[in-house]
Amino acid sequence: MSSMPEKLLNKTTCVLSPLGDSAIVITFGNEMKYGIHKKIKMFMDLLEDEPFAGFIECVPAFTNLTVFYDPLVIYKNQKQSNETETISPYEVVRSILETKLEDLKEDKKLTHRTVSIPVCYGNEYGPDLEYVARYNNLTTDEVVHIHSNGEYLAYMIGFAPGFPFLGGLSEKISAPRRSSPRMTIPAGAVGIAGMQTGVYPISTPGGWQLIGQTPTKLFLPNVDPPSLLQAGDIVKFHPISTQEYKEMILKEGV
Amino acid sequence: MSLRVIKPGLLTSIQDLGRKGFQQHGVIISGAMDPYSLRIANMLVGNKEGEAALEITLMGPTLKIEKNCLIAITGGNLSPTIDSQTVPMWKPVYVKKGTILRFEGCKSGCRSYLSVAGGYAISTVMNSKSTYLRGEIGGFKGRALKVDDVVDFNVTSTILINREFKESFTAPKWFVNDKEFMPSRMPAIRFIDGSQSDYFTDSSKVSFTENLFKVSNQSDRMGYRISGPLLELNEKRELLSEAVTNGSVQVPPDGNPIILLADSQTTGGYPKIAQVITADLPMIAQIKPGESIQFSRVTLKEAEQLFLQKEQQLKELKVSISLALKKQQVI
Repeated sequence: MSSMPEKLLNKTTCVLSPLGDSAIVITFGNEMKYGIHKKIKMFMDLLEDEPFAGFIECVPAFTNLTVFYDPLVIYKNQKQSNETETISPYEVVRSILETKLEDLKEDKKLTHRTVSIPVCYGNEYGPDLEYVARYNNLTTDEVVHIHSNGEYLAYMIGFAPGFPFLGGLSEKISAPRRSSPRMTIPAGAVGIAGMQTGVYPISTPGGWQLIGQTPTKLFLPNVDPPSLLQAGDIVKFHPISTQEYKEMILKEGV
Repeated sequence: MSLRVIKPGLLTSIQDLGRKGFQQHGVIISGAMDPYSLRIANMLVGNKEGEAALEITLMGPTLKIEKNCLIAITGGNLSPTIDSQTVPMWKPVYVKKGTILRFEGCKSGCRSYLSVAGGYAISTVMNSKSTYLRGEIGGFKGRALKVDDVVDFNVTSTILINREFKESFTAPKWFVNDKEFMPSRMPAIRFIDGSQSDYFTDSSKVSFTENLFKVSNQSDRMGYRISGPLLELNEKRELLSEAVTNGSVQVPPDGNPIILLADSQTTGGYPKIAQVITADLPMIAQIKPGESIQFSRVTLKEAEQLFLQKEQQLKELKVSISLALKKQQVI
């Protein structure tokens, strides 16, 4: 079956499999952990620094990296050097990636950018802060303290433009999703769901417990890159007052 | 002053071949649901294949043409008329200013493409003119067209400018044979096994190809929700979010599959039973809610060959169209 693991590499253990006829998924492990993230990020950097002809883009996730390519470009390139055999763009890209995976140097240290996001916690900005505190037998101040003293790794951006999937939430302040999702969550809402925390860049429906609101824009359609956060960033949150929040909103020109 | 919206229709938006290269930032690709029809519409008016056009859904708009122009309409047949006369599809059509272009109702398919020579005057956002409806960016003000919108287009050709427009519209006799791109009877939609197809029970995998799946009313550019026999997993499993793409068939816990389409989110956490082949995605765009889909499994190599064949056909079509356009001095 085409979807089954096709080849195990010795040096960097990973599995390559197709996502349709124009993308390949490289799976580096099966759990959310730093060592796997590191390999994904390093291989992604390597591909983007030296893209092969036909490379379109790649999308990092918790355990894998998906590489999108243009099968027509791959086919045309290959046809010049190989007139007779039938060409499978997937096979060609897989072989390119396998060679590149051998160049992956895992002893290198990965550098991370740290991004600090201001948050106005509680009250109308965080309607579920009280609930999260009660659920964990804490005061709201303690929840804010724990949340704003954490360091969170952005494993990936997805679900919505600029939306970070952050790892590293303290178990002390985890809380289940709302039993009934809200019809709209405003852009900038900071929430908790299970062991995850995150910020909604655009207004969407959602079931997360909302503990605060940031004036910072995470989706920046007119900037390159269009997302404030990138996979691999370390995210911190720092509390701001309602007054500061309002001033920053004015500055952002909302 | 170019094209004034009298009635917007159900969902009329500017689309090109999509916004590629920003998925790692969570920015979706968007673009035409039926890219083959969009490309042919552009070829017919001498544009670049990937130029933006209007994507028109089921109930089309009423548009006042305020500038002499050359247009083409491809894709599903939504009964276009100009000043109440049927407008031929799949060919270039000169349209006189002051006429009214209307879509009288769906005859076949689901989505039409309206291209104009010179292209619509739309600025690019992240290298694309496509409308990203949920993100409210790109296209015409980041949204579908509304009453009284005026969409400009660039008339570049001098032949077009100097031409005399006497009739409401005129068109050459030749046309693109649409049978290859708009089959009159919907064939099976071909797929290769999805990344998690082995998570599903054998009987679910069999059901997937042996039954018809009905397209629900809750289907849009983001995805088609389809229903048939419920698809079950071997065991309950949590999947960490990973990249999904146009054509991914994911199955949420309720067992009813969703085919992700042009406005697919970039990542998802439901297991994927199948991946529709690129060559068949445009056909899905022409299936209406209420209609049914039959799936048929192919190998990855077959999917690749079918993709390359379609590209070859389009390449040949482009050559013949540009010859025909030159011969008649259309452009």
